[in-house]
Amino acid sequence: MKVSYFPGCTLKNKAKDLDLYALRSAEALGVTLEEIENWQCCGGVFTTAEDEVATKLSSVRALKYASDRSQPLVTVCSACHNVIKQTNYAMQNNKAFADKVNRYMAEDGGYNGEAEVYHYLEMLRDLVGFDTLKEKVANSLKGKKIAAYYGCLLLRPGKAMGMDDPENPTIMEDFIRALGADAVIWAKRNECCGGYISVESPETAKKNSNAVIRNAKAAGAEMIITACPLCKYNLEKSGADIPVVYITEILAEALGVKEDTNA
Amino acid sequence: MHNTEYLRDEIIRISGANPAKCMRCGKCSATCPAYDEMEYHPHQFVNMVECGDIEPLLNSESLYMCLSCFACIERCPRGVEPAKFVEAVRLTAIRQQGANRLTADNVPPIVDEDTPQQLLVSAFRKYTK
Ligand code: SF4
Ligand code: SF4
Repeated sequence: MKVSYFPGCTLKNKAKDLDLYALRSAEALGVTLEEIENWQCCGGVFTTAEDEVATKLSSVRALKYASDRSQPLVTVCSACHNVIKQTNYAMQNNKAFADKVNRYMAEDGGYNGEAEVYHYLEMLRDLVGFDTLKEKVANSLKGKKIAAYYGCLLLRPGKAMGMDDPENPTIMEDFIRALGADAVIWAKRNECCGGYISVESPETAKKNSNAVIRNAKAAGAEMIITACPLCKYNLEKSGADIPVVYITEILAEALGVKEDTNA
Repeated sequence: MHNTEYLRDEIIRISGANPAKCMRCGKCSATCPAYDEMEYHPHQFVNMVECGDIEPLLNSESLYMCLSCFACIERCPRGVEPAKFVEAVRLTAIRQQGANRLTADNVPPIVDEDTPQQLLVSAFRKYTK
């Protein structure tokens, strides 16, 4: 199966592992991630304002690219996923916004929200299947207690993300179990690490991140997994004394394709 | 500067949300991870916008403390989406000439070897026009 892939700026720089392990693991599961040509940065956070149009065009172009090829659009980074899905939701549900966007993009042909967007975890659940994933596991992570950290961007706003129940999600826990490990359930798994506030107020980011880590550890976690480079950064900078690992890294490890990627 | 009524209507128009739906339950503020850092809390944004009390919000540090975590948007039982007002007021503030919160000169001291691109891109999206 071939899908259009939007890596985003961080996966090409500071989060190269997230990208490499995503590509390698998908290949092992029979999915080829075809990188969108000339993709542009999503902007990191969605702007909810009705009159912000130009800042959302890079997402619309990526969406249109996938829809022109009749391919699902797959993202890995939580932020890209959030921005692109919220933009697609606006294209589908906000006529005035879609009209303005299509004026900008008149020469490229219209776009009205036809693309189907999948986060990498949704791709595993809905296109590959967690049962299939389970069968492909070569190195079971049995006995490992892992806390799934959703943060804010994967699930909210629920009506635009459509990924899982935003208050009681299971997709990441099901992913952990498919790899043979134990999923720890904890209260702060869908609360914010502080996000970009670390620019404005590092103390606030530290406070939020510390609360997340404390809660995961109190629930017995030996490791926290995330799909978000900023969550990883904030948790680690706040002095995490527990490994914070990308979802694709434990996936590559379990599938037995991790080592080759260091070449 | 604009008259109060114009500014109020403009903020509501930019936000795409409706403050009149609020029933003042305070759930948005109770769930807000930036509550302690905010002078005006999410439910106050909603109420002050509805009353046209925009100037204090425009000049408040609270604008830069919202994390865009969408918790208040998800959890408001009335679908008011408070963060949309925070965003509309912040944009109105930073769209004024010379009012950018973050400039390229601010970046070197906050960057370390692990800083993800996502952090800078997001901060510029929120703090700069
Ligand atoms: S949660 Fe919604 S209804 Fe309750 S105070 Fe906040 S905006 Fe108003
Ligand atoms: S989006 Fe902003 S105002 Fe709303 S809960 Fe999050 S930090 Fe608070």
